[in-house]
Amino acid sequence: MEDQGIIKDAVDKHGTENLIVVLGTPDAESAGIFAETVTIGDPAFSGPLAGVSLGLPVYHVLESEVKEAADPDVFEEEVGMMEISLDVEAISKEVSRFREKAEEIEDAG
Amino acid sequence: MGYPVVRGVAYVLAHVPDLVRYGSKPEREIPKNPDLLSEIQDHLRDFSEARNYPPHQVFIGNMKPEELWEREQPWYENLISGAPRFGEWGEIYTEKEFYGWLKVADEFDLIYLTEEAAEEIETILSEHHLARPEHLEKLGDGVSRERVKELISGGALALEAEGELMGCIVDGHDEDENLTADILLENLSTKASGFLAVEKLMENIDLEREDIAFVINSGEEGVGDRYQRGAGNLAKAIAEMNGLSSSTGADVKAFCCAPMHASIVAGSLIESGVFDNVILVGGGSLAKLGMKMQGHLSKDMPIMEDVLAGNAFLFSKDDEVNPQIRLDTIGKHDVAMASSQQAIYSALVDKPLQKVGLTIFDVDKYSSELHNPEITVPAGSGNVPHNNYRMIGSFAVKHGLMEADELDEFEKEYGMPGFSPTQGHIPSALPFLGFARDRILKGEMKRTFFLGKGSLFLAKMSNISDGMSFILEANSASSSQD
Amino acid sequence: MFKGKKVLCIGERDGIPGPSIEKVVESAGGEPVLSVTQCFV
Repeated sequence: MEDQGIIKDAVDKHGTENLIVVLGTPDAESAGIFAETVTIGDPAFSGPLAGVSLGLPVYHVLESEVKEAADPDVFEEEVGMMEISLDVEAISKEVSRFREKAEEIEDAG
Repeated sequence: MGYPVVRGVAYVLAHVPDLVRYGSKPEREIPKNPDLLSEIQDHLRDFSEARNYPPHQVFIGNMKPEELWEREQPWYENLISGAPRFGEWGEIYTEKEFYGWLKVADEFDLIYLTEEAAEEIETILSEHHLARPEHLEKLGDGVSRERVKELISGGALALEAEGELMGCIVDGHDEDENLTADILLENLSTKASGFLAVEKLMENIDLEREDIAFVINSGEEGVGDRYQRGAGNLAKAIAEMNGLSSSTGADVKAFCCAPMHASIVAGSLIESGVFDNVILVGGGSLAKLGMKMQGHLSKDMPIMEDVLAGNAFLFSKDDEVNPQIRLDTIGKHDVAMASSQQAIYSALVDKPLQKVGLTIFDVDKYSSELHNPEITVPAGSGNVPHNNYRMIGSFAVKHGLMEADELDEFEKEYGMPGFSPTQGHIPSALPFLGFARDRILKGEMKRTFFLGKGSLFLAKMSNISDGMSFILEANSASSSQD
Repeated sequence: MFKGKKVLCIGERDGIPGPSIEKVVESAGGEPVLSVTQCFV
């Protein structure tokens, strides 16, 4: 993941307490890699987030939690078509797996 | 006289495993990890593996894209045995040959070959029909191995092949960071692979070099110096190398979308009567070699981004035979449009079809960005063409033209698996142009839809999206005779 | 869940781009503090 430096800077600036990450990745595998990066740390162990467990709550924009919180018209306009084309179930499953791990990190911290 | 035609295509690959380390990602990662270079070297393919790799055979025209769906995956483990290096409209070059063409492309004595390499490459190239005496002369006699080693210890980049030192490339200026050896290697690689694509195109068409009036380069590389970074006109440099003596040229740059912009510019130059024959060329991207290597290494698979690709196309005035680019309806993403996928697909697919009274199902094939999924998926970038076909199909679902459970079927009928190396402008829709032209000429297809997108936000100048599209159709003269 | 929260929107060119995520997050009462669109190709 190339933009780890920017994410780390944003975390340094805003702190982890009130921060949520929302992803727009196109499939479960890529969602998993991104979710892992912002929770446990960079799985490739090479970027600025290698070994850095931010433990941030992470969601994919198509997950039901986000959809329910969003304005239905905006959701439809911006991502309605993607809800049809992407495998929302598999993506949600993968992202929620890391969200749970993030909670463990937070509890431990 | 009708709309301009696509009169010829060419696709080439140069297998350059020893240049992977000079890709942007490896170049940044190697200094951080002392073991990485040898790990990379342990995961490189040899020439026969690259040649026998099914997506490469599709790229040069020897296999239909759809056949990849039938083949067992991973394709890199289920190779074709004894596949040819020559294709229906392309060719795969070896690394040593490519170093030879790099040297031929070098007008400024940047590349030093060793005496042994100069001799070996001269023998190799003289056996290839492409090499003319003036090319062989440009290879020179080389310099001593000691001299090359001296230059490398002074900062030159080593050029190696099959474990041997072949030569090096030096900086082009003492202070200019736009003319360092690695950037010049990047630019010369694009020039040389673009040259090879245009040479192949000249073989594939029935025109003389003097008949070409204009060359458009749609590659992403920004050639230039400290005062004009990315200033370009690599197009003309390639035209010179190809001996297109009656031609001039210019670059059209728009990230991955450039080939789509450039196709429409080329078509318009012909339609307006300014030129009769325009070549579109794009060379390979050295910076993108090994870009997704971390994903590949973590899965212990070969590093898949080990080839430089090039393509070239001839757009000509209507010959009443070849398929035509419909300039009465093109798709474009306007500044005021949103960046959501549905806004993009509405602009690129729905609007241009509607304008001429066609539906999504009146197109035989959609050619989107044809990134080989075996390169992208292990690195977490998803299966790009698969996702693109689902998005086009989802648009039809949203309009009530089909059901969501028909998306897989839609992809099979109107789509294809990705087979192109992932080098930005290279996979952008046009890898299928050869098949489209061929199938339309044979009457197997009537209409192909080409669409590309560009990530201009990467340059940090705008957060906006980009995309363009056009329809290629059977020649109106030939279809009216039916 | 987004009310009073700062949000990092990490979009993707071939998935959902950053600006689309931003709009969805804003509509849910969140405050996007970063929006990027990744491109791997």
